[in-house]
Amino acid sequence: MTRTKDSIAKAFASAGYIADEGLLTAVLLMEVLARPLLLEGEAGVGKTEVAKALAASEGTDLIRLQCFEGLDRSDALYEWNYQRQLLAIKAHEGQGDPDALESAIFSEKYLLQRPLLAAIRSPRPVVLLIDEVDRADEEFEAFLLEVLSDYQVSIPELGTIPAASIPRVVLTSNGTRELSDALRRRCLYHYVDYPDVGREAEILRARVPSIDTAFALQIAELMSRLRKEDLAKVPGVAETIDWAAALTGLGGTHLARDRELVFDTLACVLKTREDRSRITREVTDRLIGKVA
Amino acid sequence: MSQTAASQTAEFEPGPALRLTLAAFVALLRDKGFRIGPSEAADAGRLVTGAAGQRAATLRPALKALFCGRRSDWVAFDALFDAHFLRKGMKKAVALAGSAGESGGARTLKQMQDEQAARRSSPALDVSREAEAPEAGEEDPAGTREGASRAENLAETDFRKIRDPELEAEAHRLAERLALVMRRRLTRRDRIRSQGPRLDLRRTLRKSVARGGLPLDLVHKGPKLRQLRLVVLLDASGSMNNYTGVFVRFVHGLLDAFRLADAFLVHTRLVHVSSALKERDAARALDRLGLMAQGVGGGTRIGAALADFNRWHAARVLTSRSCVIILSDGYDTGPAEDIGAEMARLARRCRRIVWLNPLIGSDGYAPVAAGMAAALPHVDLFAPAHNLKSLAALEPYLAKV
Repeated sequence: MTRTKDSIAKAFASAGYIADEGLLTAVLLMEVLARPLLLEGEAGVGKTEVAKALAASEGTDLIRLQCFEGLDRSDALYEWNYQRQLLAIKAHEGQGDPDALESAIFSEKYLLQRPLLAAIRSPRPVVLLIDEVDRADEEFEAFLLEVLSDYQVSIPELGTIPAASIPRVVLTSNGTRELSDALRRRCLYHYVDYPDVGREAEILRARVPSIDTAFALQIAELMSRLRKEDLAKVPGVAETIDWAAALTGLGGTHLARDRELVFDTLACVLKTREDRSRITREVTDRLIGKVA
Repeated sequence: MSQTAASQTAEFEPGPALRLTLAAFVALLRDKGFRIGPSEAADAGRLVTGAAGQRAATLRPALKALFCGRRSDWVAFDALFDAHFLRKGMKKAVALAGSAGESGGARTLKQMQDEQAARRSSPALDVSREAEAPEAGEEDPAGTREGASRAENLAETDFRKIRDPELEAEAHRLAERLALVMRRRLTRRDRIRSQGPRLDLRRTLRKSVARGGLPLDLVHKGPKLRQLRLVVLLDASGSMNNYTGVFVRFVHGLLDAFRLADAFLVHTRLVHVSSALKERDAARALDRLGLMAQGVGGGTRIGAALADFNRWHAARVLTSRSCVIILSDGYDTGPAEDIGAEMARLARRCRRIVWLNPLIGSDGYAPVAAGMAAALPHVDLFAPAHNLKSLAALEPYLAKV
């Protein structure tokens, strides 16, 4: 065990991510147990940021596989470069040994690496982010499970390719589809919740350099109250950061003194028409009144 | 199971007492529905013997990350851990255990079956009921038919006694046939896909080998076809009592035949019942459903249930290729505007909404109940479902959904 929770917390903080105790433990365990980490939580709580911070804190590359419906092996693992293969066949037409040509066009030169293959063939461990795994279909999930347990892939034309290094795998899910028990069992699990007021203020100070401590705390407090309102789309941490940047950028320093500014910039956090009409001037004033 | 865990952890040689405690904890969690395999138990053994195992404060988050697999696990874990390792908060843990256990529910179910059997002897959906229904409506438009009771009947309605086995088997067969029609249409699409818009270079190249490297035979591919998703919302309130039994079988048949289908019971609350109805054996499925369906037979708040659905389930179970089937008579105790607004929201999320209303079958019925009238503009197909014949008549419509 080379790293401790404190050192991870420091490294994460310098990468701009303020992690809580549970997440630090989970990240530490990723290393100790060599298991992937599954992050669940509402949209915008910073799941993807965890992987970025992890890569930054270890000074390694982040390889990202964005999942979508219909994602398959050729998008995720590898694909042959057919255009080049066809050209090569044409160029060598009528000359040389056809067997040699065949082995030539099915060599690494003509192989296009996709994220999964790139991650396990990297000479030093990288962070592999499999984003929104719930958007891919069940078939892909089963395939993913196989890759994640063996860390080797077989390409019919080339044979089995073992991992050069074991990547640190982070999976994120929004819950658009129920994931299989097998995948859940295999992974470490962390539920990323909206940060509490103190932590959100800390995040603001890390991400919005020009903000002062009291104002960050006010914004964080207001956000936590806003999230308790009945909203169609609850604003995430990214929205808070945007909003704080907007407020400070427009010269705001105190919520109660800059009410007009607060109301005008609510577009940073409320992203649907219903929400916008629900949080009226009166509601905004009430929320500010509680905070300031 | 606890023995397996113990033997798995043995290779790391923690103290025997600790090993047993951990094995018992793993067994407890498995009882509570946590999915923990032998390799997780072994890893836990390593953690316990390692630095993290020295203090509860460091052991808890470590085991939590390892053992939890979903949000519900995440929420329940702390109390279970405290109860097991620190011997505190026992009451809370017991309460949690109760929610997962089924013995209490099963006993009530049995009692309720007997009560229901005593109250009602006629099977559901028989001819005499159909004949009576329109009369009752004419005599008392504001009474039994137009009203919905607010009472939340926390007992469990028996799904087994209100059934005529033959009728329900018929409903099941019908549902399977319907599902088949809906799927047949999808396979027809499949054929067109094989001449899709893009070239499948891999297969084309493979075929060109026979032509000496000249890609003469082109292989096409198109967007992968998604299966139609089906979501069924079944109203199981008091006013629907006479139909519930057969409808449950019908829904069971649909879920049986569709791989991508979900079912919800709607009454005073919304209950996700897919897992029960995925059971192939009809009797076992009904048993499990009975356990989940506490409160069935009370009043309806369709608007609130739809709001629940839109808020918590829609993102997960609906896609743009979903068809929502609502089986309800449309009588509701909540405000009608709620239903209208929630139906509009639902309509934006899915492809088609089919509302099957058993009352349409009775003479002189018009959808005047406030809730029904508010929902109607958003419904794509509004059809009767009062007997098997009317369900069978749906076949051509549902095939086009």
